[in-house]
Amino acid sequence: MAPVAGEVSVAAPPGAGYASLRDERRRARRSRRHRRDLRWSPYVFVAPFFTFFAVFGLFPLLYTGWAALHRVELTAPGRREWVGLRNFSRLLDDDFFWNALANTVTIGLLSTVPQLLIALGLAHLLDHRLRGSAFFRVAVLTPYATSVAAATLVFVLLFGRDHGLINWALGLAGLDAVDWQNGDWTSRIAVSTIVVWRWTGYNALIYLAAMQSVPGDLYESAALDGASRWQQFVHVTVPSLRPTILFTCVVSTIGATQLFGEPLLFNGGAGATGGVNHQYQTLGLYLYEQGWVNLHLGRASAIAWAMFLILLVVGAVNWLVARRLTGGGGER
Amino acid sequence: MRRLGKGIRISRTSRRAAALGITCVLGAGAAAGCGSGASDGRTTLTVGVFGSFGFEEAGLYERYMTLHPDIAVRQTSIQRNENYYPQLLTHLGSGSGLADVQAVEVSNIAEVTATQAGKLVDLGATPGVDRGAFLPWKWAQATDRDGRTLGLGTDIGPQAICYRKDLFARAGLPTDRAAVGRLWAGDWGKYLAAGKRYRAKAPRGTAFVDSASGVMAAVTGSERYRFYDRRGKVVYRTSTTVRNAWRTAARFAASGLTAKLQQFTPAWDQGFANASFATVSCPAWMLGYIQDKAGAAGRDRWDVAAAPRPGNWGGSFLVVPRTGRHTKEAAALAAWLTAPAQQATLFAERGSFPSARAAYALPVVSGARHPYFGDAPIGRIFADAARNVPVQIVGPKDLLIAQNLSDVGMLQVDQKGTSPDDGWEAAVKAIDNALDL
Repeated sequence: MAPVAGEVSVAAPPGAGYASLRDERRRARRSRRHRRDLRWSPYVFVAPFFTFFAVFGLFPLLYTGWAALHRVELTAPGRREWVGLRNFSRLLDDDFFWNALANTVTIGLLSTVPQLLIALGLAHLLDHRLRGSAFFRVAVLTPYATSVAAATLVFVLLFGRDHGLINWALGLAGLDAVDWQNGDWTSRIAVSTIVVWRWTGYNALIYLAAMQSVPGDLYESAALDGASRWQQFVHVTVPSLRPTILFTCVVSTIGATQLFGEPLLFNGGAGATGGVNHQYQTLGLYLYEQGWVNLHLGRASAIAWAMFLILLVVGAVNWLVARRLTGGGGER
Repeated sequence: MRRLGKGIRISRTSRRAAALGITCVLGAGAAAGCGSGASDGRTTLTVGVFGSFGFEEAGLYERYMTLHPDIAVRQTSIQRNENYYPQLLTHLGSGSGLADVQAVEVSNIAEVTATQAGKLVDLGATPGVDRGAFLPWKWAQATDRDGRTLGLGTDIGPQAICYRKDLFARAGLPTDRAAVGRLWAGDWGKYLAAGKRYRAKAPRGTAFVDSASGVMAAVTGSERYRFYDRRGKVVYRTSTTVRNAWRTAARFAASGLTAKLQQFTPAWDQGFANASFATVSCPAWMLGYIQDKAGAAGRDRWDVAAAPRPGNWGGSFLVVPRTGRHTKEAAALAAWLTAPAQQATLFAERGSFPSARAAYALPVVSGARHPYFGDAPIGRIFADAARNVPVQIVGPKDLLIAQNLSDVGMLQVDQKGTSPDDGWEAAVKAIDNALDL
C-alpha cells in the first residue's frame, strides 16, 4: 500500500533511448528517496519531542544526579565539592525526610482512594441519560481547569480556624471548631480535600469515556437476567473498566508522589515548612525547602533522586498488580 | 520568609511592573531595549526589584531620565522575595541575566556581602554617595570586613506599636498615643503587663496582640545581638537576648494575650477586618498593609505609639553587579535613588521609611502625619525609633533562623499550646537541619 505515490509518478512517458534512460535513473532515485523517506521520516517527526526531552528532561535528570553527589550551595552554584553518596546516606537518618515520605503516602492515600471512588460513581451517574448531560460533563471538569493557586486560596479560607465556612457550619451543628491547619490529621485531610476536589472530575470523564465503549448488549442481557442497576455497575461496568482504573491509579499515584502546590499554599504564612510540626510537608515541599529556602542544591538533588527511585518502585508494583489483574482475568 | 521582607508589599501597581518584566523576557531577542545596551543612542539601565519598590510609582525613574537625557531606566520586578532571591543568586552564579542594579532584602544582605563580594561593585567609593547621610547601622549592614560597601540602603523598618483606640478605651486603658507609649516605655515586660491589664477587662472576642511570633520578632528586632556573635558565629542557641525574646513571647502565649494568628496569612488579614486584636508591632511599611486590611471600618480607630524599645524590621538595599556593561552609570543611578531627597520622595509617595538620616529633617518626613491613624505624626515617631535602633549584627542565615523560630517553634507554642521548651527544641532541630550544621 505504501508505494502508491511512487507508482503515480512512475507512469513513464512513451519515449525512447536517452530520455527513457534518464527517466529510469530519476525513477530509481525517486524510489530510493521514497524508501528513505518512509524509513526515516517517522523518526524526524518524533525527533522534536525527543530532542526537547533530552534537553529539558534527560539532561536535568542526569545533572541532578551528578549534583546529588556533591555539596552545592545556591550561593555559589559553580563551586562543587565531591561528597559521594553522603547526601543520600544522610537521608536515612533525616527525620524530616521520613516525615515527609510518611506524609506523602498518607496524603496520597487520603486523596487518591476517595477521588477514584467518587469519580467512578460520578461517571456512572453521568452515563445515565440526563437532561443537559453536556453541561454536567463540562461542569465536572471545571475544578480541573482551575489553577491550583486559586483553588487552594479559596480552600484556605473555607478551612479557616476563626472565620472559616466549614467551622461555621460545624458551629451550626453544635460541634466545636476544628483547627484544620495545625492538627496532624485535620491538615492532611484538608490538603487531600483540595486534591480530591481538583482531580475527581478529570478522572470521572476518563471513566465515562471508557464506560461508553462498554457494549450495550452486556447491560441488556444483564437486565434480562434481572440484575439491578447496582448489580450491573458492579458486575458489568467495573470489570470492563479494569484497564482504565489501573491507568488512573498509576497516574494518580504519580501525581500524589509529586504533590506540591496544594500543601505549599495551604500554609499562606511560611511556605515550605508544611505546618508547625511539618505535619503536612510532602516530599515535594521538603525538596523545595532544601533547595530554594535553605539553598542546599546538593541535598535537594538527592531528595529529587530519592523521589525518582520511589516512583520507579511504585511503578514496578503497579505493573505487577496490573499484570496479575489483566493477565488473570483479561484473556478470557 | 515573606514576613520579614518587603515582599508583602504587593500592590496593584507592581502587576504592571511584572507585565513589563514579561515583555522584556519575550522581547529580549528583538531590540526591545530591555537588556543593558544602547538603543536610540541612550544607555539603558535595568533595575531588578521584588514586590513593589515604588521607584517607578513615585516617578523617580522619570525624573532621573529627565536629569540625564542620555540614560533610559527600565525596571523588572518579581513579586515575592522568596522567588526573587534564589533567582538573583543563580544569576550571580552564572554571571548572566542580571539587571544593572539589583535590590536585596535586609535579611539577605549579610549573605550577599559574605558570599558575593567579588561579583559586586564597591558602592562606597561611588561619587555622590555620602556615607554620613545614612544611618550608621544601615551602612554597616552592607559593608564587609575589608570595608567595601556593596549595597546602598533604600528604606528601613523602624518599629512602633499600632493599637486600636476603641478597644483600649473599652478595656480601661489610656488612648492618647503619648500616654500609651508611656505605658510600656523602655521595657517589653511592661508591654506584657499592659496586656494583662487589657485582658482583665477585654472586650469579648478580642486579644491584646495578634501573635506571639510578632512579639518575638519585635523583641529580637530591638536587640544588638541576636543570632550571630561579633565574629560571625551562629550563637542563636545560647544567645541570652534570643532566649529572653523567646520567653517573653511564650509568656504572651501562656497568658492568653494573643489572638493565635500567623502573620501575613488570610486569617491574620481577617483579624484586622474583624478587630480581633488590639495591638500589633508595626514597622513603618506595615501601616499601609493595616489600612488596606482593616478598611474603612478601622479609620480613626487605629493609632500609632512608640514601641517599648526601638527596633528595626525589614528594609532593602541596592547592589550593582560587576558583570553589567555600564557599572559606572548603574552605580550613579543607585547612588541617586538612595540619596536623601529621593528617599524622602519615596516616603511621601509610598510610605517607605528613609534609611538616610539626612532625610529626617526634610519637611516631608518630619512633618508627615497619617490620616488613617488619627493623624499620628508618623515622621517623628519612626524617625525617633530609627535613630535609636542599635547597630544590629545581621548574619548570612538570619532569615532562616528567624523564620524557623517563629513559624515552627513559636507558632506551635502559640497555636497548639506546645510547651515553650518543646517548641524551642522543634525550632532548633529545624534550624540545625536547615543550616546544615
